[in-house]
Amino acid sequence: MKHTWRRAVGGALTSLTGLAALLIVALLAVILLDVVRGGAGHITWRFLSEPPSDGMMGGGIFPALYGTAALTLLMTLAVMPVGVLTAVYLHEYAPPGSLLARAVRVAVVNLAGVPSIVFGLFGVGFFIHFVGGNLDRLLGYQELHWGQPGILWASLTLAVLTLPVVIVSTEEALKAVPMDHRTASLALGATQSQTLVRVVLPGALPGILTGAVLAISRGAGEVAPILFTGAAYFLPDLPRAMNSQFMHLGYHSYVLATQSPDVEATRPLLYATVLVLLALTFALNLVAVLIRARTRRRAAAAH
Amino acid sequence: MQGQGLVGMVAVAPKLSSSARRRQLREKVIAGVITAMAFTGIAALVLILVFVAKEALALFLDAEARHEASLSKMFLPQVTRAGRPATFMWQPVSSVPKVSMIPLFIGTLKTTLVSMVVAVPVGVAGALFAAEFAPRRLREVLKPTIELLAGIPSVVLGFFVLMVLASFMQDTFHVSSRLNALVAGLGLSLAIVPVIFTVTEDALTAVPRSYREASLALGATPWETAWKVVLPAAAPGILAACVLGFGRAIGETMIVLMASGNAAIVSASLTDSARTLSATIAAEMGEVVVGSPHYSLLFFLGVELFLFTFILNMVANTWTRRVLKRLSGAGA
Repeated sequence: MKHTWRRAVGGALTSLTGLAALLIVALLAVILLDVVRGGAGHITWRFLSEPPSDGMMGGGIFPALYGTAALTLLMTLAVMPVGVLTAVYLHEYAPPGSLLARAVRVAVVNLAGVPSIVFGLFGVGFFIHFVGGNLDRLLGYQELHWGQPGILWASLTLAVLTLPVVIVSTEEALKAVPMDHRTASLALGATQSQTLVRVVLPGALPGILTGAVLAISRGAGEVAPILFTGAAYFLPDLPRAMNSQFMHLGYHSYVLATQSPDVEATRPLLYATVLVLLALTFALNLVAVLIRARTRRRAAAAH
Repeated sequence: MQGQGLVGMVAVAPKLSSSARRRQLREKVIAGVITAMAFTGIAALVLILVFVAKEALALFLDAEARHEASLSKMFLPQVTRAGRPATFMWQPVSSVPKVSMIPLFIGTLKTTLVSMVVAVPVGVAGALFAAEFAPRRLREVLKPTIELLAGIPSVVLGFFVLMVLASFMQDTFHVSSRLNALVAGLGLSLAIVPVIFTVTEDALTAVPRSYREASLALGATPWETAWKVVLPAAAPGILAACVLGFGRAIGETMIVLMASGNAAIVSASLTDSARTLSATIAAEMGEVVVGSPHYSLLFFLGVELFLFTFILNMVANTWTRRVLKRLSGAGA
């Protein structure tokens, strides 16, 4: 009798935890449904290809799409070499028990926890005022040229923010390359760098790509770090130079949601913009999941 | 890591031809470049602190700033009008700037606590379900789904809270301010549930199978095993998950910026509007005069945020390592 009671209570509590898991999934579904229902009807080719009009009460989001793409492209170019080489150091070059490697790991963990708005402040203090300001002085510009918010500084700020993502996933990828491949290559007389370039990195490529995709999806969605480092409210022109300001999907959503004079009128526009941003990040995440699953299957098959 | 020993053996050759020596030199240069790259992460962390602190330093060095925003004005109650009792007020752009950070601390604490109260039980219970009770198939669906939730940009979560959740709460509870600490906290919990879930799940899966088998063999039910054996074994890891979630909630910006109402008021009520540290930076940085006391103040808020989250991260990191060490030691 006591035993069945224990089982019943246990079962009830177990289902309670299941309910918690269900709640999380349900919340995700509610958010998705709401955004898709509110925005899907408004997404047309014209919406994607035209600039905003009527004081952002109409028109499309092309400059924001373009700005987001350019921003994340620059960010990826900046973060990938540094992130991949750092992971290569950690996994391939660091001597066992290396103090530097341990320090790098601690730094990476902490970097991942720095609030995104602090990255924004860092971008202003370091990139714009320190690097940009000194660059202007050095080049003899009288007016602000580099010492002002621009797409280069915003993307470098995001590169610092996404550095931990790239390092962690690249290291995972390096771990997945079998030790035998390295020993075989070295035994054939290849040097360590030849082994790295011809054997280890190609073997780790899918995992490295996963890291890139995750970094892009994270970087494309972050708004707080670019608020003062380069994103603009509204621009008639696309960014042409590294120091131009740019429009951004996330920032555009924020502006439409909070500063619109008539929220009811902009609602469809707003929902459609958010849907595009959400679809973009989800598509990227999905790609990452797929690459990872394929790599894992192949790794399992190789063993 | 393991490659090092092998290379060491290759490199020790007695007589080297000139081409071999060149090759060796090239290898050394490459290794040097890669090692130098590894400093970037450390450099980034140090530079963040240095450059955010540098802009805040004027508060303590500049005479005008020291007068306008002294430490006592930031943290002690101030008499803002003759004859009125001293209060805490954050109004840095009024004719007499009032720079008390206490309302911002209270706002941050209120939203963060609400989010923790919601996210910790849900996240930990969800992770317990995924790690202990869910069938394999379900678990393989559950984890990527929650990763997907983690992938939603915070501006989208903020948008959802602003447009949907706030209205829903308003219609249900008829509070005076539609955007308030409660709504912002609920929004924040959406952002930190995935963090707590993932870290907790990792800690639970690290518990060796033998613990569970021993418990079940002694006649414990699955629930009793999960509650009395697995959960305590993973406890430091779960605490780490909560600390990490706490740190994220303190630093999260866009959700609180969009959903908290942004009124810096001292009140204990969760249904009053609130202003957090991060949202203050985000909202005021755009219009501030570079180099003014107000500007330095915002960077000082940044330093505080950085230090809070840094300490929380170090604590969480230590606890996570402790649980892994203990369990791998016991499992072997």
